[in-house]
Amino acid sequence: MTDTIERRALTRDQLLNVYRMMRTIREFEERVHAEFATGEIPGFVHLYAGEEASAAGVCSNLDQRDTIASTHRGHGHCIAKGVDAGEMMAEIYGRRSGSCHGKGGSMHIADLSKGMLGANGIVGGGPPLICGTALAAKIKGTGGVSVAFFGDGGSNQGTTLESMNLACVWNLPAIFIAENNGYAESTASTWSVASDNIADRAAGFGMPGVIVDGFDFFAVHEAASEAIARARGGGGPTLIEMKFTRYFGHFEGDQQTYRGDEVARARAELDCLKRFADRVVQTGELAQADLDAVDADVAAMIDKAVDDAKAAPLPTRADLLTDVYVRY
Amino acid sequence: MARTITYREALNEALVQEMERDESVIVLGEDNAGGEGAPGDHDAWGGVLGVTKGLYDRFPGRVLDTPISESAFIGAAIGAATAGMRPVAELMFVDFMGVCFDQIYNQAAKFRYMFGGKAVTPVVIRTMYGAGLRAAAQHSQCLYPLFTHIPGLKVVLPATPYDAKGLMTQAIRDNDPVLFFEHKALYDLTGPVPEESYALPFGEANVVREGGDVTIVTMGRMVHTSLEAAEQLAAGGVQCEIVDLRTTSPLDEDTVLESVEGTGRLVVVDEANPRCSMATDISALVARKAFGSLRAPIEMVTAPHTPVPFSGALEDLYIPDAQRVVNAVKAVAEYAR
Amino acid sequence: MTDDRIVPVTMPKWGLSMRLGKITDWVVAEGDEVQAGDDLADIETDKIAGTLESADAGTVRRIVARAGEDVPVSGTIALLAPPGVSDDDLDAAVAQARAVIDAGVPDEAAEPIVETAEIGGRKIRYAGAGQDGDVVLLIHGYGGDRNSWLFLQEPLAAGRRVYALDLPGHGTSTKDVGDGSVDLLADAVVGVLDAIGASGGAVHLVGHSLGGAVAAAVAARDPRRIRSLTLIAPAGFGAEINADYLRGFAEAQTRRELKPIVAELFADESLVTRQLVDDLLAYKRLDGVATALRALLGTLVGADGSTQRIDSAAAIAALGDVVPVTVIWGSADRVIPPAQAESVPGATRRLIDGAGHMPHMERAAQVQAAIEEAIARAR
Repeated sequence: MTDTIERRALTRDQLLNVYRMMRTIREFEERVHAEFATGEIPGFVHLYAGEEASAAGVCSNLDQRDTIASTHRGHGHCIAKGVDAGEMMAEIYGRRSGSCHGKGGSMHIADLSKGMLGANGIVGGGPPLICGTALAAKIKGTGGVSVAFFGDGGSNQGTTLESMNLACVWNLPAIFIAENNGYAESTASTWSVASDNIADRAAGFGMPGVIVDGFDFFAVHEAASEAIARARGGGGPTLIEMKFTRYFGHFEGDQQTYRGDEVARARAELDCLKRFADRVVQTGELAQADLDAVDADVAAMIDKAVDDAKAAPLPTRADLLTDVYVRY
Repeated sequence: MARTITYREALNEALVQEMERDESVIVLGEDNAGGEGAPGDHDAWGGVLGVTKGLYDRFPGRVLDTPISESAFIGAAIGAATAGMRPVAELMFVDFMGVCFDQIYNQAAKFRYMFGGKAVTPVVIRTMYGAGLRAAAQHSQCLYPLFTHIPGLKVVLPATPYDAKGLMTQAIRDNDPVLFFEHKALYDLTGPVPEESYALPFGEANVVREGGDVTIVTMGRMVHTSLEAAEQLAAGGVQCEIVDLRTTSPLDEDTVLESVEGTGRLVVVDEANPRCSMATDISALVARKAFGSLRAPIEMVTAPHTPVPFSGALEDLYIPDAQRVVNAVKAVAEYAR
Repeated sequence: MTDDRIVPVTMPKWGLSMRLGKITDWVVAEGDEVQAGDDLADIETDKIAGTLESADAGTVRRIVARAGEDVPVSGTIALLAPPGVSDDDLDAAVAQARAVIDAGVPDEAAEPIVETAEIGGRKIRYAGAGQDGDVVLLIHGYGGDRNSWLFLQEPLAAGRRVYALDLPGHGTSTKDVGDGSVDLLADAVVGVLDAIGASGGAVHLVGHSLGGAVAAAVAARDPRRIRSLTLIAPAGFGAEINADYLRGFAEAQTRRELKPIVAELFADESLVTRQLVDDLLAYKRLDGVATALRALLGTLVGADGSTQRIDSAAAIAALGDVVPVTVIWGSADRVIPPAQAESVPGATRRLIDGAGHMPHMERAAQVQAAIEEAIARAR
């Protein structure tokens, strides 16, 4: 994992897009962190700040044929797959104008029209569903792939292991992304995963396993693009393990006394946005001014999203009973 | 033309006709074809009790055997449903629900609501239930009450071949997740079934026998036990009205209440264990909404609060039989303050 | 029978597949005097409930079968005899009759043969009774099927070949009805006549309601082929029709909705048994039926939603004097007004007292007599 990894050339527009994607995630999560501390946001929130390169590096390779499933730490995947950030913010505030009309909340934001099968409140809930969407794509011949994001904690869940086997048995166009941020809740992944790496398990299932520096957008993008091409081409699943860390707690309110000082170091030396910016400015692909413009734009957009969410109406009693069934 | 076929054949016919009608219908489950990867015959089993026999060759690529990984393949069926397929997945014995329940009750059941109405999950999960085959505690349960309890799921229990075909057709065409319960002891039951396709609506109970003295509300295999009891009781001058719920979710409350308003007496017959069951559910419904019509306390005829025993001597005591139904009906019929 | 003054009352055959009937209630008791046409007993089969009328006058000397008992078709259920007949002779006759009842129905009892004709890309099913003689083809109405004739088909088959078909969209025929026009239905009837091989011989058509309009249309195409035309409460002879009934029948989704609608067909609403409603509901739930009924509704009822669209009078006029026409109507018909019988040009009219829109079910014996009269008159 050095800085000399060869990367596929992205166009100027593509580079701006992925920068915007990561910046949006970062600002969204930082803002939710600040707002949550005021006590205004209901329920449980799990923030993705620090891990942006994984969502962006993978999802920037996907199109409208493709489906992803996420975890309770799903805001980043939602934004990367194109879910509207304003609607997401409203959902987190429990408003009727939210992505799920206020009925799902942070852990259940989904947009099936964008191939986003949802954040999921159940650890390991996503991988079986992704086997299903991959099966559908295979039977229908759409060429689409399905990506299951899960954490180091989720990598130990029976559903995840069963899904990996099933995907290999059925040779599905599926990709398994293990986002190893070092902690499953409060316990270290070095302890809860018995093998040295999550990716080592891949061979046991009969698929390639790849380890990637999760702070390096370009490394992620490269590895993901190869795995996605393999899946699209009928070559079956891949397991990619991202190694990085999360900047915030397991949930907002987590005192994180189980951690060392890795966050300060990561923010200073490993941060994916900083590294991305340094690279593209150094190579001249983008100017600092371009990046600053995106930053300003995103900041304004997030401000508006929060203002709108706070002002938006709550769901009503009538909403309580709707949409349990298509037709009962 | 209605001809006489078995419950098993009626289910198979529904699957064939719906798979012909709609290419998004796929079938998956353990041994649903049988023989996958093995040197001998493909479609070796067609399902452990033969319900899916013949589908594998007739619909290439649409009938999938699975490894023994319920959480993965039931979850896959659910995921595929969100992506535009109409999967019919088999959970071989409902007793196995423990290893995949999350996918059913936390995922499939809740997508539509949690996602603000923006998901459609048209999955059918077929499963075998019920005692009587000496299959013992982990292969004989009636767990439909647990699924009935979950908002977002529909629960179906056909009692006859005619109902089996019509309800399976509806289940496949329905846009909500359906748990389809097939009693193991009913597969060989014969009855008249039209050759043509037809769908029976959910939430419509069937009055299988009219009578003015006592209402029996029941479902699944117990419909036949109740009919047997009703014959005996008729000889003694007590006329039973038997209401077959057909679906426990949605529930046809109106037919149940109408019947009790007519007879004033209710016996609920339910093969499941008694706590938090359909028996208690119907009893509470009637006690609340037809209290004024009741002329006797409500009686329940159910299995005991035990696992299903293995020995036939015990299993036959576990399963409610016609005599117990007769006794319960007589008790409410003869009740006077 | 030891004494030939003993007249057996037998279990009738209602419908080609009937093998057993259950007496639900005796109307008469031993010792009662009855006239021909009096009600004797209420009988239920797996398809229908009805009342057996006495064919003869006499004294009821013995009740042989009990209420609640299943009796094979043709089994003796009671004995009429004049006072002079001895008790010993009666007891012996009862014993013989009981032996037949107790023996039950043999499992290999013959099933009626249902034929299929391919007409215009549709499968049309029909079944026949009787060995030889004139051909009679019975054509049911909207929402009915060949079993609508179950009280008549066997009795009429004495000395005739009596057929009943399922029109497109009905029974077990193909449910697609295309444009749902009378012409399309008439094509099916003509196809069945061809299949029966009834081209040269004597063909009598009997049509009910919509089936009456179809029968008239078939006759008009080739009057020389049809020996007589009997119309029972036919469509197409006036503006008035109970469009609410037709719409209600097409749209009803549940037993609760359907029962009161079906009740409008009869003068005696107690004829609407649970079995009858269940069978209709099962029919309506077959794929394609909802579409068919709606298309046929458009044929029967005009754009105003309340008046008849069909003009059957024109078809009758086209017959000239070649085909004798009889029209039968129930005086209590709530679907098509009986007064429209007056608008069937040149027809012999038979009004059936106390019957609704289905006189061939409510007063089967009288309708049978009227049909036999119509057939005889044609010679």
